[in-house]
Formats: sequence, structure tokens, C-alpha cells
Amino acid sequence: MGVWIMAGITFREAARKKILWTALLAGVAFLLVLGIGMSFQLGDLRRFAVAPFLRYQAISATLMIGLYTVDLLAVVMTTLTSVDTISGEITSGTIHAIATKPIARWQILIGKWLGFVAMAAVYVALMFWGTIAEGYWIGGVLAQHPLRGSILVFLECVVALSVTFMFGTWFSTLTSGVITLGLLGVAFLGGWLEQMSGFTEGSRLAMVGIISSLIMPSEAIWRRAAFEMESPLSGSLQFSPFADVSIPSGAMIGYACLYLLIALAIAVYHFGERDL
Amino acid sequence: MFGGKVAVRDLTLTVPRGEIFGFLGPNGAGKSTSIKMLLGLAKPTSGEAFVLGAPSGEVEIRRKIGFLPENFRFYEWLTPAELLHLHGQLCGVDSRELAKRVPALIDLVGLTPHIDKRLQNFSKGMLQRAGLAQALIHEPEIIFLDEPTSGLDPLGRRTVRDIIRAQRDRGATVFLNSHLLSEIEITCDQVVFIREGEVVTSRDMRKQNEEASRVEVRARKLSTQCVSGLARWTDSVKVDEERLTLTAQSREALPEILRYLVEAGAEVYQFTPQRLSLEELFISVMGEDRGF
Repeated sequence: MGVWIMAGITFREAARKKILWTALLAGVAFLLVLGIGMSFQLGDLRRFAVAPFLRYQAISATLMIGLYTVDLLAVVMTTLTSVDTISGEITSGTIHAIATKPIARWQILIGKWLGFVAMAAVYVALMFWGTIAEGYWIGGVLAQHPLRGSILVFLECVVALSVTFMFGTWFSTLTSGVITLGLLGVAFLGGWLEQMSGFTEGSRLAMVGIISSLIMPSEAIWRRAAFEMESPLSGSLQFSPFADVSIPSGAMIGYACLYLLIALAIAVYHFGERDL
Repeated sequence: MFGGKVAVRDLTLTVPRGEIFGFLGPNGAGKSTSIKMLLGLAKPTSGEAFVLGAPSGEVEIRRKIGFLPENFRFYEWLTPAELLHLHGQLCGVDSRELAKRVPALIDLVGLTPHIDKRLQNFSKGMLQRAGLAQALIHEPEIIFLDEPTSGLDPLGRRTVRDIIRAQRDRGATVFLNSHLLSEIEITCDQVVFIREGEVVTSRDMRKQNEEASRVEVRARKLSTQCVSGLARWTDSVKVDEERLTLTAQSREALPEILRYLVEAGAEVYQFTPQRLSLEELFISVMGEDRGF
């Protein structure tokens, strides 16, 4: 019961503090820009009488760029909106009035986590499926497995959320934010280095990418999502930066799930043990 | 331990049920740390504490505990009614009961005119009132109040005092931590003084009146001979024109002293036993300010 009360208040907080609405408003602006861009691109392709096959691939690449932007926005939004919830309430003393109620500390933490998970789910659902809809209605293209893709993008947000919570039980808001965004940066860079290794067949470069993915598997999840969504032809012909030159395996997705559970377990344990 | 320093050491306290218990000490004495340990917000490195017979921090026992933290702060986007509903739900109070208790408590703490405002528009004193209401929403058996009158005007302080007494009359125990000694003095049944994490002394405030043996006398025709004759009951006499202050060795000596003064020819028109103020007691127990 306590978990759901905390989840509810956390979700309501996001709505009442206008975090969710502001993020969604920014999302609408993004969709607008993407839609206009896609429409202009299609017009240009038609004007230059580009073959339908190539036109389809070009618009598909734009759709993937749009989805990649959604992925980045969703992960960053999840991190920024949740970074203050544990550390900020400890610093301000707000947590004292809650932690002295008949509710276990793990319920407080998991409740808050679920509130943000729900918020990320709403955000990803609206943004991701908004982008997919634009691709279909404006560009006439459809991602291969959009449901799998959206689940993986959502998983990436939950990984970032769990890591943010874990650091939030130890450090101040600013420090937790810097560490989490730093880790996301490492994952981003590592992912691209691994991708580059596919072109050059450099095993040492691939190793750097794999280690980065083990440190923070967020980008690896995206690359798996891209592989799931891109058409096999587009992926293999390497039309886009998301070509399937280095595809994270199912084991990596399993690792990401384990990673988020461990991060969450550490957060629960440390929040339960520390003085407030 | 707190920040590498021993905050509380050998602190043994027994708080009787149904009393208002004052917890006093200079800054850094370990008061807040002690309260945090009793509430399970901090863990002692050694030792144990029991609240209502259960180990401190036990989740279920918190249904019977109310707490107003010092400088109460909460989600500022809530209204006071939403705040109380949330805390009531967390304490397991059912919604029908909450529908009755919430407006009654808001009225009790004097926030009815501000019922539709969000906490972000509240002054410090108004936040304290809201914090006090959330501490009482589940009708706890023991209430920990950390500086409850902080930021309150005199009328607010009186309201809080009345609420604290009403809680005691309901049968609740109130554990009061305050720097306002005058508030403690007129509210508490018992006080304990702590310094550097240890109990220095305690006082039963109800008995303190009975123990009073200091007297202020206002009288005319106080002769030197009359004053020197007081030596058989006291060695502490101060005379300032018609005002005489003395500390008798016992309370029982006071009627004899009064009779002696009258028989010695003094025209006594005021004879007032003085109570040692809590502030004087505090200073005598703690010594001078050592810059805590």
C-alpha cells in the first residue's frame, strides 16, 4: 500500500510541478520539427525523381534519427527529473516526515522509483509512437519492430533511472547528476566506438566499446533497439549511422536488466541503512 | 557518532506515558540526534532504544508515533488538506475518518483561512502549524515535537501550547525539544537536561513549585536587628530598601520566617515564594556559554 501511495505522489508531483507537461511540450516541438523536416525531405526526393526504393531508405534513415533523438531526450529527461528526488529530500529534511511514518524505507524508494517509471512510460509512449506515426503518415515508412524498439528505449530509461536513484542515496543532487550523465556519456562514446570497430574490424576498439557497455549499458540497448527497428536491407547496406555493424546480443539486454536490478537493490540497501 | 564526533553517549532516558517531557540542552548537546535515533532516522553505533516498548525504528510501532521535524518542510505544491490526506494515508487512517479529521485539524492549528493555498505560499510559522497537524493526523500515542514553536508569533505559540496540553489530556505522551525555555517551563511536566550526549540532571516541574524556598519580601520598618535575626533560617539575605530576598534552607521554614518578621515589628505587605526559573536552572546546570 505504502509503495503505491509513494508512487502516486511522485507521479502527481511530476504533473503538478509541470515537469511532465514541460517535457511533453518540448516533445511536441520536436515532433513538429521532425514532421516538417520529413515532409520537406520527401518533397525534395520527389522533385529530384529519386527512385522509390532509395526514397524509402532515406526517409527510413530520417525516422531512425528521429527515434534516436527521442531515445536521448527520454534518457536525459528521466535522469534530470529524478535526480533530486532522493538526495534533495534528504538534504532539505522533507524525507523526515515520510520516513517516520509506518512505511519501510524500501517502500519509499521503490514507490518513488515506480512513480518515475510510470512517468518515463508515458513520455516514451507519446514521443516514440508520435515519431512512428509521423514516419508512417508523412513519410510513408514504418519501423520493422516498433513495439520491441519502444520497450527497449523504455528499458534504457529505467536503467538510467535506477543508476540515478543509486547515486542519489549516496551523494548530493548535483554530484549524482554529474556522475549519471558522465556514465551516459561514456556509454554513448563507447557505443559509437564499437560501431566504428565494425567498419574497421578493429578488435581493440570493439573491446573499448564492450567495456563501456558493461560500465553503462544504455547505448547498447539503443543499438539493439535500432537493429530491431531498421529494415534488414537498410541495416546491412549501412545507409544510416545505425547500421547493424555491431549488434548487441540478447545477452547484453539480459545484462542490462540485471544491471538495473543490481543498481536498484544497492539503492534500496543503502537508503535503508543510511542515517537520514 | 555524527561526523566523527560522539553525539550521544550513555544516554538513558525513561519517559512516562501521558506526560509532556522536555528535552533540554545547549546547541550540539545531541538532542536532535537522540530524537532521530528514537524515530529510527539514525542508527546508534551501539546501544538500543525502545519506544512504546518496541525497538526504535520498527515500522509498525510508527503507527503510534507522531513527529514534527524542526523547520518542517514538505512538497510545496500540496495544499494543507492534501498534505494531511497523504500523511493520513501513509499512517493507514481510512478515508472516511480522514474526511472528518482533516478539516478539524486544519481548524485546530488555525489554517482554515489558508486551506486552499499551496504550502509554497506559507510563511515559516504556517508551515510549522501544518507540520504539527500532520504529526497528529493519526492520533498517535507519543508525539515528538522538535522546536514546535519555531517561527510562530505569540498567538501561534499559545495555540501550540494548548494543543500540546490537549494531547496530554487525551492520554498521549509528548516529547518536546525546544530552545524556548519559557515555553518548556509552562508546558512540561518533566524536563531532562543533556550535555555532550549525556543526561546531566532532570526536574519534575510539578514538584518544583513545592520545592521553592526562595522568597521575596516587601516590608516597611525592616530594622538591621530584624534582618540579622534571619540568620537562624538562612545565610543568604539581600536587602534593598523595602525589598528583601532570602533563600531558606527548607520550604517548611517559610511560615516561621513570616511570623518572625511580623513579631519583629516589620510591616509585611508582600511575601512571595520564588520559583527558580528554568533559565536560571539551565545556566546553573550547564554553566556559562562555552560557545557550543
